[in-house]
Amino acid sequence: MSGDSGGIHVDQPESFEFTPENLVRAKALIAKYPEGRQASAVLPLLYLVQEQHDNWVPRVAMDYVGAMLDMAPIRVYEVATFYTMFNLKPVGPYFLQVCTTTPCWLRGSDAVLDACRSKLGIDIDERTADGKFTIVEVECLGGCVNAPILRVNDDNYEDLDGPRTLALLEALERGEKPPRGPTIDRQNSAPVGGPTTLTTLRFDGGGDAA
Amino acid sequence: MPKLTINGTEVEVPPGFTILQACNQAGIEVPHFCFHQRLAIAGNCRMCLVEQEKAPKPVASCAMPVADGMVVHTNSPLAQKARKGVMEFLLINHPLDCPICDQGGECDLQDEAMAYGKDRGRYQEAKRAVREKDFGPLVKATMTRCIHCTRCIRFASDVAGVPDLGGTGRGENMEVGTYVEKALTSELSGNMIDLCPVGALTSKPYAFEARAWELRKTESVDVLDALGTNIRLDVRGQAVMRILPRVNEDVNEEWLSDKGRFAVDGLLKRRLDRPYIRRNGKLVEASWPEALTAVADRFGKLSGDKIAAIAGDLCDVESMLALKELMVSLGSANLDCRQDGAKTPAAPRAGYLFNSTIAGIDKADVVLLIGSNPRQEAPVLNARLRKRYLKGGFRAAQIGPAFDATFPITVLGAGPDVLQALADGAHPWFETLKGAQNPMIILGSGAVARADGLAILELARRLADAAGVVRDDWNGFNVLQRAASRVGGLDIGFVPGAGGRDLEGILDGSSTGAIEAVYLLGADEFDTSRLGSAFVVYQGHHGDKGAARADVVLPGAAYTEKNGTYVNTEGRVQLGRLAVYPPGEAKEDWRVLRALSEQLGRALAYDSLPQLRQHMLSQFPLFAQVDHVVPAPWLPFAAAGTVSAAGFSYPIDTYYMTDPISRASPTMAECVVSFAPNPQSKTGTHG
Repeated sequence: MSGDSGGIHVDQPESFEFTPENLVRAKALIAKYPEGRQASAVLPLLYLVQEQHDNWVPRVAMDYVGAMLDMAPIRVYEVATFYTMFNLKPVGPYFLQVCTTTPCWLRGSDAVLDACRSKLGIDIDERTADGKFTIVEVECLGGCVNAPILRVNDDNYEDLDGPRTLALLEALERGEKPPRGPTIDRQNSAPVGGPTTLTTLRFDGGGDAA
Repeated sequence: MPKLTINGTEVEVPPGFTILQACNQAGIEVPHFCFHQRLAIAGNCRMCLVEQEKAPKPVASCAMPVADGMVVHTNSPLAQKARKGVMEFLLINHPLDCPICDQGGECDLQDEAMAYGKDRGRYQEAKRAVREKDFGPLVKATMTRCIHCTRCIRFASDVAGVPDLGGTGRGENMEVGTYVEKALTSELSGNMIDLCPVGALTSKPYAFEARAWELRKTESVDVLDALGTNIRLDVRGQAVMRILPRVNEDVNEEWLSDKGRFAVDGLLKRRLDRPYIRRNGKLVEASWPEALTAVADRFGKLSGDKIAAIAGDLCDVESMLALKELMVSLGSANLDCRQDGAKTPAAPRAGYLFNSTIAGIDKADVVLLIGSNPRQEAPVLNARLRKRYLKGGFRAAQIGPAFDATFPITVLGAGPDVLQALADGAHPWFETLKGAQNPMIILGSGAVARADGLAILELARRLADAAGVVRDDWNGFNVLQRAASRVGGLDIGFVPGAGGRDLEGILDGSSTGAIEAVYLLGADEFDTSRLGSAFVVYQGHHGDKGAARADVVLPGAAYTEKNGTYVNTEGRVQLGRLAVYPPGEAKEDWRVLRALSEQLGRALAYDSLPQLRQHMLSQFPLFAQVDHVVPAPWLPFAAAGTVSAAGFSYPIDTYYMTDPISRASPTMAECVVSFAPNPQSKTGTHG
């Protein structure tokens, strides 16, 4: 996985090129930076690669980005291996990111992780035999109020515990896409069970609006 | 000029100095790993922490610029404690395998650990280890020992100009390497071994060969290119174990090319260690008296115009002078030290020197390369050009086939027609050259070795004069030689005398029978098949092309085995020194010639090297100026013919094999295979 530069993934594609649409986007990204500073676009371009290429960055794509930005290939490798958000080997279409940073951990991320492990039979940084799921452990996903969090691709599933994680995974296996957000009775980050303050706030003119 | 107080002493340093530099100037040593004066500042090892008053915490002295009134303590309890902490962290993942590490005994980490390390570790967990890496046949990587100082990365990207190395991964998983499997494709890669403060990068050919404290050190100069790189020969017993660069700011700074460093094992292979005489078509061993008699019998009976001598690329001036005087006493004017066929005349001196001097590159702002690939012909000089490029405000162009110079270079064309246009002022680049403050023309040794070499030389001079490349205070006209003996040979006039034959003439004469005996002094780099049926004497140290053709072989000394004078491409006189004795019955070259002259009844007038040197100085006073460049006066060149239309080509096609020593070196042979344009891929991933 990212951060581990020891081994380069063996089964690499032969070539990589941006699609015409992405090439337009790439050029727009590069144009954001002053002349001679194109290398600054390396991060967004690598993201674009990842978006286009099944959520992982192959080596040829790093060379491709390097050539595009006039950077030595090794400078791109350095960036891509430094940031854990870049996947340097293939991942499943369900890319499960379990947050285990302190708030999530205090709120039970161990149970979430254990549910993923037992349900899928794989550990962190592994991919299921059918190729559908990959589990990674990530740092803060920025939703500590709704800890613990499991991010599936781009969607956060919040306020999880073991059983709800299992239910979520089963739904994903069936091909469903449960609504993202809190998995308990809660609106976004509002208190559980409904508002506890400003309970009489009305916008229709009635009540005792302050 | 800021004034600061270091350890209670007031120091005044130029603005922009770092605290570390100020300490160095004050003679105070601050331990460091990542800082290196010739590399960009990284500030990541944290070993150079010092206490600065009014600063909240210790500062990294290598990256902190000085300011007026600073008060710095380099040895206060705070600084000591900080360094001890850093050292403990550095040693956490260091394997401490000093007993089996080649760096042991000359390791910065080992030395500093003596001062700042604890006698036992507190770390109980498993140490990190990294996968083995293959950096090619020259540099052995044991990256588990790496302390991530990034010196090698900075050297590769900045000095060598081949950004192959980087730090991949993050935190504990960071590794210094190439990420993809590849050999380091630089002609300067060996310098990373010197730069590495620990045993992570060591010399592969030298692995487990010797310990630093077993070696006897001799200062000398490199002869495998014409730069005259200052080197140190490390000897154990009767073998030169390794070659390291010495600092000489005006020549090589502190770099050494890979050939100069790693061809050292060629000194032990294919050596001529006893005289041979060809009998019935086969070279058979002979004694010195037999061999000398055999030579004297032929040379003594022939008239001067029937004998000739060619000097090779690695010869010292003393032996060339002895051979020249011997040939002159035999009445021969058929002498040539330009075995590559260069047409450069022996006068004026400015016509074959790198007149700007190597250090002068730092001042140049526009450079025009004519038929020269300095990356192959003098890698360290190429690094100097790159260094100049990195400073900014530098433009380079070339006439000749395109090559990767490690700095941007405009290709103006391939042949002399472009040079002609430039000289006529009809090329847009003429104005660039003319408008430059310190323009430089670098003419390759291959460009003057063409049949029309003299005309090329003259044409380059016309351009130099027209574009104002030569002024009273600046001479930007340069010939980049690639043979260590060439300038010395030309200086003593080892060229055809009046009516004498040059290389072409000698070879033609040999094939027609007009020349009946040829004396080769370490000369191998020409087509020996053209020697025809001439009687050939080869005096040299390696059984190479010349010896294979010879009728008598007289074993001489390699550059590590004799005291000799060499003149580098800028005309700098330098002394090579004897580190080991020649093998077997081989002798120092001037001695062989002295003995032969005795045999011929024309004894040379010197019986010892000091006498020979004295004689040399009386004839050529410039050799007294050791390690100085005497500027050569800008005198008119010889008249020239016309140039041909053929494009320039570079004389070196395999950098790693250019002379008898590197051809005999197993390490160089491995390099040829590894660095071939299309090496066989070792793994599935290309690269």
